[in-house]
Amino acid sequence: MGRSIKKGPYVAFKLGKKVEKMNASGKRTVIKTWSRPSMILPDMIGHTFAVHNGQKFIPVYVTENMVGHRLGEFSPTRQFRGHGGNKKK
Amino acid sequence: MARISGVDLNKNKRGEIALTYIYGIGKVTAKKILTANNIDVNTKVKDWTDENVNGIVRYLADNLKLEGELRGETQQNIKRLQDIGCYRGIRHRKGLPVRGQSSKTNARTRKGKRKTVANKKMVTK
Repeated sequence: MGRSIKKGPYVAFKLGKKVEKMNASGKRTVIKTWSRPSMILPDMIGHTFAVHNGQKFIPVYVTENMVGHRLGEFSPTRQFRGHGGNKKK
Repeated sequence: MARISGVDLNKNKRGEIALTYIYGIGKVTAKKILTANNIDVNTKVKDWTDENVNGIVRYLADNLKLEGELRGETQQNIKRLQDIGCYRGIRHRKGLPVRGQSSKTNARTRKGKRKTVANKKMVTK
């Protein structure tokens, strides 16, 4: 089931405030965030977020196509290192 | 022989079934199309009048996206996901299940035929 429209899209309160502040001051700095479930809103276009993936922060530059997705979708939590194979000695 | 949006319909089949041979039409849609044109679902394609066929063609042009156009749209949607580099896009790129299914075993539809990795090292005592 989708989220109720009444509530609007989910954005972590602190993150929303930071974005608003940046838009008001016109500054563009990287916003560090742990809030992976936050929805990407149209106001966030052009900002760069450093999204935590459990280990480190992955820089995500938000473009127009990303609106409606969530920040976590752009910060993979698993890294594939390949299967077996002959390890070089 | 009825030819609709580039696909030949089997003229010995019931209209409802024959229409599903077109990419983008399933049984439900087929039924809807036929009722909208006042054709019985059990009428075989060879018994359709020209008027029936024209009606269907017009209905499809107005209401539905089919065949190449639809395939193109699907491709575009996938390409968009891949271009923005989101999780679903990455899964599409790697040819793994996109919707969170397990891929430790199975997932053969997405992964294709098994690729056996030869000769595991023997255990020596």
